[in-house]
Amino acid sequence: MNWQQVADALFPQGHRIVERDCFLSGEAQVGGQTVTVIGTTGHTPIGVEIALAQASAILDTVRRHPGRAIVILVDTEGQRLRRRDEMLGINSYMAHLGKCVELARRRGHRIVGLVYDQALSGGFITSGLIADACYALPEATIRVMGLPAMARITKVPLERLEELAQDNPVFAPGAENYLRMGGVAGIWHENLAAALEDALAQAGPQDRRAELGLERGGRKLAFAVAQAVRTGSDVQAA
Amino acid sequence: MSSYQEATARQRIAGMLDEGSFMEFLPPQQRVVSPHLHQLDAPVSFDDGVVVGKGRIQGRQVFIAAQEGGFMGGAVGEVHGAKLVGMLRRAVDESADAVLLLLETGGVRLHEANAGLIAVSEVMRAVLDTRAAGIPVIALVGGSNGCFGGMGIVARCTNGIVISEESRLAMSGPEVIETAGGVEEFDARDRALVWRVTGGKHRYLIGDAQDIVTDDVNAFRDAALRLADAARCSGNGSGSGTELTLEALEAEQRMLGSRLERFGGCEDPLEIWASLGIDEPQAVPLLEIDAFRELADGHREGAAS
Repeated sequence: MNWQQVADALFPQGHRIVERDCFLSGEAQVGGQTVTVIGTTGHTPIGVEIALAQASAILDTVRRHPGRAIVILVDTEGQRLRRRDEMLGINSYMAHLGKCVELARRRGHRIVGLVYDQALSGGFITSGLIADACYALPEATIRVMGLPAMARITKVPLERLEELAQDNPVFAPGAENYLRMGGVAGIWHENLAAALEDALAQAGPQDRRAELGLERGGRKLAFAVAQAVRTGSDVQAA
Repeated sequence: MSSYQEATARQRIAGMLDEGSFMEFLPPQQRVVSPHLHQLDAPVSFDDGVVVGKGRIQGRQVFIAAQEGGFMGGAVGEVHGAKLVGMLRRAVDESADAVLLLLETGGVRLHEANAGLIAVSEVMRAVLDTRAAGIPVIALVGGSNGCFGGMGIVARCTNGIVISEESRLAMSGPEVIETAGGVEEFDARDRALVWRVTGGKHRYLIGDAQDIVTDDVNAFRDAALRLADAARCSGNGSGSGTELTLEALEAEQRMLGSRLERFGGCEDPLEIWASLGIDEPQAVPLLEIDAFRELADGHREGAAS
């Protein structure tokens, strides 16, 4: 689905979302409430400009519409891989975006992310993964890095990584794996509008992803280790 | 002088804290190792590449974490990330005076790809939760592996960064950019270029690092304490001073927007340094730290956190 189809399905009560250079922003109606919508499309890489534009839209919502819910639509091939972005400090731009979302959460805005196409690495950490909860469409792909670059960094042969990316939950790019690990709260197969309304109603400020990863069996150690460190106890086997 | 860069994670912690005061959480004797590395026949470490715990520095109760660059470049896997999260939560539970994050990392541990990515996100949110609880979180970047990937984002979510001129802070590593865009986009073997783009002096000059110190454990500790104390004291009555505020983020929005306007057309950091008013930018890499600071402090961008 392209972003217009996704938006029409999510917001049957109406929306005014505009695209400018692959950056999406606007407002929509959900269950009689107005929500702010930001996002990206066209698998666009997140460079310094688009990160700052998204942050600006979040700050604007915090300033002008206290408490209004925010929906983040995710489609990106990840952070832009350019020397210029690094020179300008792209990590600061992305951190700034993440902090703006966090500020909104602290001030009572509910925030839901949806990976409707593709999510990758740094572009995901400061979009869907910083929301109260992130959801995905069934055909969404979520990954950390392209396999050739990963092979170069890890020194693991590309063929071996390609093999693992077929079905290994830690390497395979499907939304289903992120669901099992708790990174994705749910996968929306039908009636997106109702699913979004439910998601906004359930959204809360607590980060429960490690617990979900344990309950669903995809990340068996994260919650147990964090708890053991926090309480000074032994790691409880899953 | 005691080199920070050459020290291991454990040596850095020992050098930071009052003697004998360190209590490690989930020490290596408990042998909690990565559940994912075996499938790639990669070695495991009994601390999964990060040491977490608490101790004292000059009367303060400090919670501390140090990533070990010698184990998989300090990269964050499921257990490694969970140890950081657990330490941050405990710092809140026990009302720590400060949290110090000694970051040396390539970011997500690619051998644990998906689990590592979620872990970095959890660390990022836990850092912000800690700040919201009124506890300053300071990042120290002084290892030879630098601080990259998602952890480069996490570093900029803290109250402040102390960096050394030898270390580096960025997002994508030069090798990754070269693999994606070719050697003409970023020549990862051009050490001088890599250093100009990602190194401590550039980060200090453009305002992404709040302090720069010589490669010395004591210098790192003293600078980190100064930043932590400054963060705690900066509250204006309405907030704790460590937490995010609309005013601070609006200021950061302006700072980053202005950076883009002023330097977005530059090809090389040398041009940025010249635009900042530095007469001989090509001399910057050669300056000793004191001379550099004296020069930089008259020209650098305000460093928001």
